[in-house]
Amino acid sequence: MTAVSIEKLSKNYGSLQALEAIDMEIGKGEFFALLGPNGAGKSTLINILAGLTRASSGRAAVLGYDVCRQWREARHRLGVVPQELAYDPFFTIRELLTLQSGYFGLGRENRGWIDELLVALGLEEKAETTMNHLSGGMKRRVLIAQALVHRPPVVILDEPTAGVDVALRRQLWDFIRGLNSRGHTIILTTHYLEEAETMCERIAILNHGRLAALAPRSELLRRSQWRRLRLQLVDGDPGCLPEALLAKRESAPPGELVLRLHRERDPLGAVLAELDRCGLRFSDLKIQEPGLTEIYSELTAD
Amino acid sequence: MFNFYGFYTLFAREVWRFLKVSIQTILTPVVTVLLYLLIFSSVIARSREMLPGVDFLTFLVPGLVVMAMLQNAFANSSSSLFQSRLNGNVIFVLLAPISDFEFYLAFVGAAVVRGLCVGFGVWAAASLFALVPLQRPLAALAFALLCSGALGALGLVSAIIADKWDHIAAFQNFVIVPFSFLSGVFFSIRDLPPFWRQASLFNPFFYLVDGFRSTFVGVSEVSPTLSLVVGAGFFLASSAWALWLLARGCNLRS
Repeated sequence: MTAVSIEKLSKNYGSLQALEAIDMEIGKGEFFALLGPNGAGKSTLINILAGLTRASSGRAAVLGYDVCRQWREARHRLGVVPQELAYDPFFTIRELLTLQSGYFGLGRENRGWIDELLVALGLEEKAETTMNHLSGGMKRRVLIAQALVHRPPVVILDEPTAGVDVALRRQLWDFIRGLNSRGHTIILTTHYLEEAETMCERIAILNHGRLAALAPRSELLRRSQWRRLRLQLVDGDPGCLPEALLAKRESAPPGELVLRLHRERDPLGAVLAELDRCGLRFSDLKIQEPGLTEIYSELTAD
Repeated sequence: MFNFYGFYTLFAREVWRFLKVSIQTILTPVVTVLLYLLIFSSVIARSREMLPGVDFLTFLVPGLVVMAMLQNAFANSSSSLFQSRLNGNVIFVLLAPISDFEFYLAFVGAAVVRGLCVGFGVWAAASLFALVPLQRPLAALAFALLCSGALGALGLVSAIIADKWDHIAAFQNFVIVPFSFLSGVFFSIRDLPPFWRQASLFNPFFYLVDGFRSTFVGVSEVSPTLSLVVGAGFFLASSAWALWLLARGCNLRS
């Protein structure tokens, strides 16, 4: 059973194609990242899953329930933490959570869970205050509690750590990792690529409404054809290297030489032999494999 | 299927919201109406006969009650939904398994409750000036439900269509207020020049005011049955408009 399945999903706003025939499956219990530049279609995709936007064609389902035809079942199974810090100024945190729980048809029986959420997110002392008295980080936590109030098996977090300081970010990730280990499927968008790289098992990259990549993290990291050779120079002038190698030189601090090399076209042995022929001596040598940031830049370059 | 508890929670939220700011939502309209009464009762001769056997104050009080209901029912749904849209917190309702019809019913239901609270408050406060007994409570309730329901639905419509507070204010000041002032709250349409008398018959507010007043004073300008039919038609049309906008998603879902 898949947590989320998306088939040939397209959305256009007039002549603007926000999503173009996206196919994607996210398994139960996965920790999944949805990456892409601003305007790539991430929010449109999330909004279609949440029922906030209607697809122009194609279908999307949450745990097998079509988000259009079986929208009640689909919404019961989905929790969404929106990107904007929107809040209702009339009610206290506890009242907000009680109301949100009621919208999902849950009454008194859910009070225990609301208390648990307040404790788990460090909000119990603020439970009786309204949100305009909270800091940005606290507001973010309330949004997470609101998304979880009906115990959804699939949770979407749209940039949960935007504008959040380092300590709180770590807390949030611990909390989200905990949810994942208790069986929740987690789908997140973020602009902090290191976060996606360390936490997510599978990564999708959207660019201009199309799927630029969809693969397990390790496979995606292997996909780049480029790596860097970094040398600490002791002696010799890199200026005398052949034209072809000089073209691969990247800017580096004095005393260092950095070459961006293709995995197949620039065999390391041949490159080292060139360096030797040119009389370059070095004290240290490092090969840097590409991180998600490099791959992301390659895939989303226009 | 009907998500009753979801509907009930949203309805309760809407009622709870206006009760939390009741000085503005209940006390202010009641005081405003008391000022009208103070002014009109001292300027216009009380003995003046507005309808056969009905003096001015007795004529005025039920009119003011129904006008306050109309305006406050509209204000409740329009300001609540529009504020939620501007703040962005309407998203939490849109993410929940609540249908368009449940959404409509919750907002209109709360607008009706606000209308009834204000209407009752005005009636009670007006008894300082004139005791106007209610003769047919069930019929009065029917008119009260229709007028606050219709205006609650129109409030939804304006909150969905509007792009800024200015638009809500325009709808309120250029549509709701003129139509309710010109509906015969303060005067009998018999005293109007023929053209305006005819024009009044095209104003649905006129039937709501006239029909509601007849349940207090026992006489009316047109038949109460006709008023009830027109009122029901007006309520249904406003509701259909609101439900159609909700179904299209218009400014709420894209």
